[in-house]
Amino acid sequence: MPELEFPRPAAGSDNDAGHDATEALCETVRRAAQARETLRIVGGDTKAFYGRHVSAHHTLSTTGHRGIVHYDPVELVATARAGTPLTALEQTLADNNQQLAFEPPHFGAAATVGGMVAAGLSGPRRPWAGAVRDFVLGIRLISAEGKALRFGGEVMKNVAGYDLSRLMVGAQGTLGLLTEVSFKVLPKPTASTCLRLEMAADAARQHLCEWGREPLPLTGAAFHDGVLHVRLEGGERSVEATRQRLGGEAEAADYWQDLREQRLAFFAAADARPLWRLSLPLRARRPPLEGDWLVDWGGAQCWLRSAEPDAAIQEAAIAAGGHATRFSPCGSENAPFTPLPPVLEKYHRRLKANLDPDAIFNPGRLYAGW
Amino acid sequence: MSLLYDERLDGEITAVDRTALKRAILAAAPDLTLLDREEDLHPFECDGLSAYRTLPLLAALPSRLSEVESLMRVCHEHDVPVVTRGAGTGLSGGALPLEKGVLLVMSRFNRILELDADTRLARVQPGVRNLAISEAASPHGLYYAPDPSSQIACSIGGNVAENAGGVHCLKYGLTVHNVLRVEIVTIEGERMVLGSEALDAPGFDLLALFTGSEGMLGVITEVTVRLLPNPEVARVLMACFDDVERAGRAVGDIIAAGCIPGGLEMMDNLAIRAAEDFVHAGYPVEAEAILLCELDGVEADVQTDCDRVRAILQAAGATHIQLARDDAERQRYWAGRKAAFPAVGRMSPDYYCMDGTIPRRELPRVLKGIAALSAEYGLRVANVFHAGDGNLHPLILFDANLPGELETAETLGGRILELCVEAGGSITGEHGVGREKLNQMCSQFADDEITFFHVVKAAFDTHRLLNPGKNIPTLARCAEFGAMHVHHGQLAHPELPRF
Repeated sequence: MPELEFPRPAAGSDNDAGHDATEALCETVRRAAQARETLRIVGGDTKAFYGRHVSAHHTLSTTGHRGIVHYDPVELVATARAGTPLTALEQTLADNNQQLAFEPPHFGAAATVGGMVAAGLSGPRRPWAGAVRDFVLGIRLISAEGKALRFGGEVMKNVAGYDLSRLMVGAQGTLGLLTEVSFKVLPKPTASTCLRLEMAADAARQHLCEWGREPLPLTGAAFHDGVLHVRLEGGERSVEATRQRLGGEAEAADYWQDLREQRLAFFAAADARPLWRLSLPLRARRPPLEGDWLVDWGGAQCWLRSAEPDAAIQEAAIAAGGHATRFSPCGSENAPFTPLPPVLEKYHRRLKANLDPDAIFNPGRLYAGW
Repeated sequence: MSLLYDERLDGEITAVDRTALKRAILAAAPDLTLLDREEDLHPFECDGLSAYRTLPLLAALPSRLSEVESLMRVCHEHDVPVVTRGAGTGLSGGALPLEKGVLLVMSRFNRILELDADTRLARVQPGVRNLAISEAASPHGLYYAPDPSSQIACSIGGNVAENAGGVHCLKYGLTVHNVLRVEIVTIEGERMVLGSEALDAPGFDLLALFTGSEGMLGVITEVTVRLLPNPEVARVLMACFDDVERAGRAVGDIIAAGCIPGGLEMMDNLAIRAAEDFVHAGYPVEAEAILLCELDGVEADVQTDCDRVRAILQAAGATHIQLARDDAERQRYWAGRKAAFPAVGRMSPDYYCMDGTIPRRELPRVLKGIAALSAEYGLRVANVFHAGDGNLHPLILFDANLPGELETAETLGGRILELCVEAGGSITGEHGVGREKLNQMCSQFADDEITFFHVVKAAFDTHRLLNPGKNIPTLARCAEFGAMHVHHGQLAHPELPRF
């Protein structure tokens, strides 16, 4: 699969402002549309394992289209081009004591802003702070006709037209080529403490249920192997008061980064069983599936190492009111995302067909056939 | 300039025979309450944008899901448009009926189906009032965060359709951030579930797409919202300024210091006097502007934040700063703010409420611009802002009985919105486009973007039957609007492609 000819910034021209390749990207899409040739869109290609394998005529890289276009800490808004390295955006925010509150996983040093938004994955803080989509204020995208369009903007509230910015989050580039994203950013918490508390699974569940009903400064809760890991973030005095109340032992903050990036031993590649992510209602009982579990998001996101058949895992997740996604690389026989109910699938197919009639963008990435 | 449906610009609608349609609907849903007498239809002829009224062909008041499904199937089959209405409090004419269409009134879907305090969610029917959810959650120490000022009357279904905001969204988000799951009936009469009680769902984020879609993509028949624990303590600081722009800058200073207040509101002198006269909130009537800054959370942190914010306000030039002494005073401060619209309504026979958003840094410049426009058109403007979000609600005072004054107010409103777009903002922050801001959509979006919106809509409503003529203008309308808005021989935004 050849990489498309793509104008890269000349050496030395790549300054802080980055490089705007919108015109070239539009032209590339137009040519592909005319020839009805398919495109596999990649940023840093760090999340190729996530979703189905895309077999396309060309690979279209966004990495030449990069740079932080606009960032005003007072506005709590940052706008970056899709090919901007995620680390670069996060570093710029950190320099101003701000952050992406949904702490997205990188899964590799090359991760880009566009890829992160297209994948739509959020880190351990998600149940308390919100998901990627909750912080996306606006986007620019290139349509399947090769037109550069803008939706949403850089303001906190905007209900003009349909919310197409959030629609693109997690769509994995199947509806359009993301070229720029505006985020709401937030100040870093003034205090942070990480704890580990030894207890049984049922006790952890009970505690989380009780704590959830109080305004505690919780921003992380994960359970594995008889240990409840808790992160507290907020004002100094509330964090300290909650730490004293919860007890347990102090733990390094690295735990949460390792969990987010799947560097904990639980995620070790040596385990031959596929890794699954189960997104479940808090009140669901754990599905009766064989395997090892690591529970994150205070119970709403479960990681499962299991050799059970794909369909059995997905059916069990549906029965529990949630869904399951395969996180290990897929073969053509795997369906990594839980199948949609028929009515919902009909409208997904129609939306895809309307926005990308020749199916040039990432065909088959989410589901076989579209 | 009338805002009523115009087939020439908004698209043709096939006429149907009322009696035949009624017969077909009742054949499919025999128990459905269907109103067709003029006197029964009058209560539904408008929503909160009451300057514009249309009697619908029929009004349907279903009480069961199967009736909604049947109704949609029959309307789809007969090519009849359907306008869905919640509590009718919307300010942009989103529920304005069509004379050739059915008005679907969801007010009988008014039950709280379930409230689970342990997992902090409530499953409710769309006609449940916003405030009723927080009231039901209150014994459990929980509440539903988005609190539009109309929360005593507005329904959650309408909140989802409009992506309603409120005074606490800077910290707690809009409706889209607080809804987990909705059930939809499509125009073809099918049921589908968007979102999940889990924190995400497979496929596209249609929950986000449908939130704020103004009844253009489907009918909301059930909503699951997340509830939050009540903050341990909430305190409100009121800061007075002798200069509006200085107050505007203070807003940015608070955010820049890394502080995210639960609410950060601003009112100008005209709004202060109106509210004080109406509610006796304890506002200083001589101040040019006040800021209300609510800090909430755990007691210890709130104390620290109050001290910080007080210092910031002082440095920003506040002439007087007062902390609400107790919860009663805090409630009074908010009551004044939440009653600002009706309060202004007492000062003038009519008022027209705008809803633009801008980047916060533009606040001083836009305020100056609004004052200049107010003078230019000779109409008073009272300003009420969700300042923390950069969401402005200029209220234009006018008298509809004076010939031409409504038109002048609308033109002034349009100019204010164009000023917002020019400043990098949006024509609507939380009230929606509806009928009211269709023309301004043409300023905010290029033709290709408008077309993209129509293509998205067509995926869910191929025959354009759901709330036609709202939210997204036709290109024909934009062409006409572009021609109308030539100021001083120049297009307002020459850089925007129009034709």
